[in-house]
Amino acid sequence: MGKDDLIGGALWEFYSKKVSERMDSPRHRGEITEAEAASLGGRLVVADHGAEACGDAVRLYWVVDPAGVIKAAKFKSFGCGTAIASSDMMAELCVGRTVDEASKITNLDVEKALRDSPEVPAVPPQKMHCSVMAYDVIKKAVSLYKGVDLASLETETIVCECGRVSLGTIKDAIRLNDLKSVEDVTHYTKAGGFCKSCVAPGGHEKRRYYLVDILRDTRAEMAKEKMRAGSTSDDFASMTLVRKMKAVEKVLDEAVRGMLAADGGDVELVDLKDTPEGVEIYISYHGACRGCPSAGAGTLASIEGVLRRKLSHPIKVVPV
Amino acid sequence: MFYNGFRSAQPNMTRIYLDNNATTIVDPLVRQAMEPFFCDQYGNPNSLHQFGTEVHPALRTAMNRLYAGINAADTDDVIITGCATESNNTVLKGVWFDLMRAGAKDHIVTTSVEHPCVGNTARFLQSLGAKVTFLPVNHDGRVEAQAVADAITPRTALVSVMWANNETGIIFPVKEIGEVCRDAGVLFHTDAVQAIGKVPVDVQEVPVDFLSFSGHKFHGPKGVGGLFVRRGRRLPPLLHGGEQMANKRAGTVNVASVVGMGLAMDLAVQNLDYEDREVRRLRDRLEDGLLALPDTMVVGRRELRVPNTVFLSVRGVEGEALLWDLNKAGIAASTGSACASESLEASPIISAIGAGPELSHTGVRLSLSRFTTEAEVDAVIRVFRRAVERLRAISSAY
Repeated sequence: MGKDDLIGGALWEFYSKKVSERMDSPRHRGEITEAEAASLGGRLVVADHGAEACGDAVRLYWVVDPAGVIKAAKFKSFGCGTAIASSDMMAELCVGRTVDEASKITNLDVEKALRDSPEVPAVPPQKMHCSVMAYDVIKKAVSLYKGVDLASLETETIVCECGRVSLGTIKDAIRLNDLKSVEDVTHYTKAGGFCKSCVAPGGHEKRRYYLVDILRDTRAEMAKEKMRAGSTSDDFASMTLVRKMKAVEKVLDEAVRGMLAADGGDVELVDLKDTPEGVEIYISYHGACRGCPSAGAGTLASIEGVLRRKLSHPIKVVPV
Repeated sequence: MFYNGFRSAQPNMTRIYLDNNATTIVDPLVRQAMEPFFCDQYGNPNSLHQFGTEVHPALRTAMNRLYAGINAADTDDVIITGCATESNNTVLKGVWFDLMRAGAKDHIVTTSVEHPCVGNTARFLQSLGAKVTFLPVNHDGRVEAQAVADAITPRTALVSVMWANNETGIIFPVKEIGEVCRDAGVLFHTDAVQAIGKVPVDVQEVPVDFLSFSGHKFHGPKGVGGLFVRRGRRLPPLLHGGEQMANKRAGTVNVASVVGMGLAMDLAVQNLDYEDREVRRLRDRLEDGLLALPDTMVVGRRELRVPNTVFLSVRGVEGEALLWDLNKAGIAASTGSACASESLEASPIISAIGAGPELSHTGVRLSLSRFTTEAEVDAVIRVFRRAVERLRAISSAY
């Protein structure tokens, strides 16, 4: 935030000249017929993506020669200026490439090709969305050409389509940087920084994954892992009462009961509570310990000492 | 009656402004009336000395014009605010503080098509615990009084329904809604921003408790608005501070803007007849010209709309793309298309009136004013046709 955000700006001010030019006079606008494809010595592929109801729709025409090279590409598009300009650039990028090469073209490539200078984005963030359908329609054309299922062409799960940020990348970023808010996730990964559909339900488009859910679930996993890791740590102070009981039992087993058993005695852990000073542990003696004069003095002090040392915590032991 | 000096002094036909529901040109007479209050009579009207007192006559004239413009009684309040957004915030938050925060009432009824300064304020109050009913519009694009009556409960504190819709120009039945509220003992607020200067607004005729308006929507300056509060209605201030506006809205009185808005109101009311006759004729001429294109549709029956607005859907052409082409030709219009807004949300109006979802991104709004000429309208029709032809040739959906 700051001055630029406060002044704001109209969307169109942020379009590159190339976007403007291609909106005004798209070079690859149009259709290709079967006859035209045949005369070019190739096979016609026609792919559709999107719908008017969603705000953009595009149809892509390819002529693919027997070697798998795209000899010609045209498009028709229902959408705003950036949608039309992206479709036009997308069609241009296809020409001369093999279908396999074309299948690797993403919306990011299309956006980069529309830049006037390498470091200035061609469109404002919320308009990146319009270039996504360029990617989607190519994938559709590839699947039609190869006769394979569309889903088989996706190698990773994309959460933010505008920025092509995958589920794995987002989860890693949350874990590695201990991210706590969606804004942080956007800052680190760019996911959610464009059309914002993937931030939370209720946006422009319905999504399978939302950043709010990914963040919540990943943080829940992290908390669980921390807890599991904590169960083997020696930090007595941060343990829950149940785990404190178990830790005390363990010390009693390993360092106290053997000593008492030598004299025919035993000790039972009765209760335990957190106090402002530390922890109070209630025990009851069994066997020879019961009634032994030392049970309230030397033995008690010794048990307390062992527990304090082993658990590194202010502990008071109270016989009951 | 109609002041025509500006138009004849403005031969520039390279730009045509048909986005008057967004903002309007300041009437040159208004600017002229404001002029002395910047470098000459720049006193603070709350000062004791002559610099302060000398602006009082102009301030009184302006207030008289504002009161007269909506037919408010002298015992009512017409509070000057910074904008209609402030007026609307004052009402919703004021009623929350006064009646709802700790009281027996916790419910607000409004519509799903209010301006964001009502909609988002209501949502903010929701976050504080208020219950809000957002009534949808019917197939006419309106919210009927019966729907409001059905939504009112014993716990309803406030009904807020706009006088006319900014996007479609559709006029809401505020008189009937006001009567429903009066009978139910519920406060009624109306955002009349899109009504002033387009249709008669009379607070004696329509039983409103609160009414908001904005200077720049009727050829006044930006940054000044008004809030009518009927006598006896309590409303704590939104802005606390000094004693200005009888402690009801603190902040130094913006004399120049009040003077400008006062004259703008006077001119707007004087031109209501022109608006109803001539602006309506031009709007209808524009509308007929555009509807002559195949597969176009206008939202809302003409008799239900303010005279200056047409909201048109062009099948197969996305709204922002159409605006782009119009803008290239120097024509300013507006769109409810999702693509053109930050939120990318589709306009609810098109689906509300029962049009297919494929049309929800095709809306374009053209809004005229008394400064619009017939030559401009005819030029827009020509450019619009060319743009539609070009974009339909590109469109995969036509």
